[in-house]
Amino acid sequence: MSEPIVEQSVPVLRIEDLTVETSGARPAPILNGISLEIGGGETVCLVGESGSGKSVTSLATMGLLPKSALAVCQGHVLLEGEDLLRASAARLKELRATRMSMIFQEPMTALNPVLTVGYQIEEVLQAHSNLSSLEQRQLVMEMMEHVHLPDVKRIHGSYPHQLSGGQRQRIMIAMALILRPKLLIADEPTTALDVTTQRQILKLIRELQSELGTSVLFITHDMGVVADIADRVCVMHNGRIVEEGSTNAILRTPRQDYTRDLLTAVPALTPREPRNETSREAILEIVDLVKIYSTKSLFKPRRETVAAEKVNLMLRRGRTLGIVGESGSGKSTVARCAMRLIEPTSGSIRVGGQEISNLSRSALHPYRKRIQMIFQDPNRSLNPRLTVGESITEGPVNYGLSKSDAIAKAKELLELVGLPADAIDRHPHQFSGGQRQRIAIARALAMEPDVLVADEAVSALDVSVQAQVLDLLDDLQERFKVAILFITHDLRVAAQICDDVAVMQNGRVIEYGPAERVLQYPQQEYTRELLDAAPGKGWDFPNFRPLPANTPTGSFNQ
Amino acid sequence: MATSVERRVEPVVRRRFLPTIDVQGIGFAATLASICLLIIILMGIFAPLIATHDPILMDPTQRLKPASNAFLLGTDAYGRDLFSRIVYGARISLIVGVGAAIISVAIGLPLGLLAGFFRILDAILMRIMDGLMAIPSILLAIAVVSLAGASLWTVLVAITIPEIPRVVRLVRSVVLSAREEPYVEAAIAVGSSLPKVMWRHLVPNTLAPLIVQGTYICASAILIEAILSFLGAGVGTETPSWGNIMSEGRVYFQLKPSLIFWPGLVLSICILSINLLGDTARDLLDPRLKQRGGEK
Repeated sequence: MSEPIVEQSVPVLRIEDLTVETSGARPAPILNGISLEIGGGETVCLVGESGSGKSVTSLATMGLLPKSALAVCQGHVLLEGEDLLRASAARLKELRATRMSMIFQEPMTALNPVLTVGYQIEEVLQAHSNLSSLEQRQLVMEMMEHVHLPDVKRIHGSYPHQLSGGQRQRIMIAMALILRPKLLIADEPTTALDVTTQRQILKLIRELQSELGTSVLFITHDMGVVADIADRVCVMHNGRIVEEGSTNAILRTPRQDYTRDLLTAVPALTPREPRNETSREAILEIVDLVKIYSTKSLFKPRRETVAAEKVNLMLRRGRTLGIVGESGSGKSTVARCAMRLIEPTSGSIRVGGQEISNLSRSALHPYRKRIQMIFQDPNRSLNPRLTVGESITEGPVNYGLSKSDAIAKAKELLELVGLPADAIDRHPHQFSGGQRQRIAIARALAMEPDVLVADEAVSALDVSVQAQVLDLLDDLQERFKVAILFITHDLRVAAQICDDVAVMQNGRVIEYGPAERVLQYPQQEYTRELLDAAPGKGWDFPNFRPLPANTPTGSFNQ
Repeated sequence: MATSVERRVEPVVRRRFLPTIDVQGIGFAATLASICLLIIILMGIFAPLIATHDPILMDPTQRLKPASNAFLLGTDAYGRDLFSRIVYGARISLIVGVGAAIISVAIGLPLGLLAGFFRILDAILMRIMDGLMAIPSILLAIAVVSLAGASLWTVLVAITIPEIPRVVRLVRSVVLSAREEPYVEAAIAVGSSLPKVMWRHLVPNTLAPLIVQGTYICASAILIEAILSFLGAGVGTETPSWGNIMSEGRVYFQLKPSLIFWPGLVLSICILSINLLGDTARDLLDPRLKQRGGEK
């Protein structure tokens, strides 16, 4: 990865002093004079936090800026010397797919759900070539083999929903590369995928790139991905490129504070120091939990999906138990059963020794407050129409606290989670994602729970914000001795916060034990695969150096 | 991560219950429509002041008079002043329109909430609603009016019943998607009772579509009332309503077209205005359409 196979003489893409502003009465700058260059066969990563202008750069290059909202004010975008900003709409259309193409984060929404994927790839050929339909079909089949899709004949006639996320992304890549464009823009193409799939897709992009000589502009927020795929890195912040350099240089010797902050915020894959158990009291016990979803239909046989099978977990006061696994492994099902947001099929859930799995809605009421949840997406877990204060006080008021006491308590909690007390009268949209997650944490804490269930609570946040929220959770745990059930797909996050880790696959807990044992000396093949797939696993980002080759996590499979 | 959000501007500012309306965005047609509707509403409210004659006073000496200073739009076959009758007719139309909208929303909203929230109730309620929708509103109205006698209230009931299923369906669909929102689950998790969850977290989501649906119900109720009156199954014949005026004018239609023309014109303007306002409300309340409108 580190030595680009490039003749630097002819840049494939050259962006000069690109400035984009919001259109409207008061234009606000989104990009402030971006300049970057991508040579033939080179992969350049644009990395930055949300709102830094990464996607706007890629959309401006593709000529896909939403005209009502954003406008290019100055600059040049040269694709092999041709200025895209001055090209006609027809010329741009011609260039897209033939000379440059793009893949997106969510392949499901980028594909048309009512057409077969084979036809959708052929459409590209129909629009831009005059091959016979037989030749087209053959070319599509070849390309599909190229992106390593299994059983090409069947998949050619499949609809997007019949394929897995990884397969859909492969289709997108096939579609993007079938005309052998010079430039591929990949906008967070692996963010929505599981780690193991992510690794395969990254490998595929690298492989095709060296084979076809495509240049790649890769947009990501994940330093791990950067370490795995980039030749050069451009770090973006507030619409500017703050630092640019080879991957090695950026990761080893970052010059700017911002880059440094980004790197130090990446959680390490090595688990935290084991903490002493302060209490033997089991606050949450899940015994033989089973959740089966069954679809009943008059005409079809009953179909059953086992989301959780014989799950046994135990959480002590003041400890953190992580449940890790890929999407569909049943980790959220377990959390939601524990919350009684969904009804378990069988098994028992005990909160502080009290069985709650079979309580009626009204009998459950007193125990509800003992176990509280923090949701993944803070944009959606707070009602946009209620003020922060109304959201936080809703719970305590339900349990008989007077309105004025509840408000006083909410103010206290807001300060505790690092927000000003006057936030109480504002609405959620006036806060950033990280601040909203703090509000959600305050809401959960207002109930004085024994257990906090955090379902992917930091997954939607930028790394730097993620680190702050994790610190906050740690502090709060110290202070309130609350137990945390932490559900995540991100092993780095799990390593940073968990005392114990349970690995789930297909509804079963396949490995369960202290974090340092599970993450350093995994027993199961699947756990090893997960660890192995974590992007950038060879790097110790916070210390700006590669990990020594022989650490236990890095020792196998290399 | 949420990079696609980058290019979006700040989220729409919302007040507690009603979404804010960006008045600048209202176009020319909507402005005109609101002025027309305002005139009709004022006409209905201040009918006794505006009308030049008693709308039901018959004067055989003044039959079928053309427009003049004494009778602004002329008189009908019984010598009643057409202008005064149209002015008073606005009252009936507005009461029926607004009444049908309010009553159907008042009944449909709770039913829709229940159907959207409880799966068992859903099956039962929605089948009943399907049944109601199968009844043609005009036939139902004729049946109700012939059973209970012609009065404003029976007409209102007859018009409202077939509108309820539409409201129920609308509310149900909104609730079905809104109840999956994490903030609804969060409210359940902090121990809020179901009525509280519905009132605080679900009902506000239904308001914007209900306002729009309400305007359409209002327009269609006014139209159906006119049709019923025209068919002789509406409010009592002595009551001046636009439909009644047209119905009675039909006999002398070839002799004196203005008997149908004027009430018909006012009726059309009224319906058109309400529908235009409904469309405007829909565009303003739907953030997606709002964006598209800005792209022009």
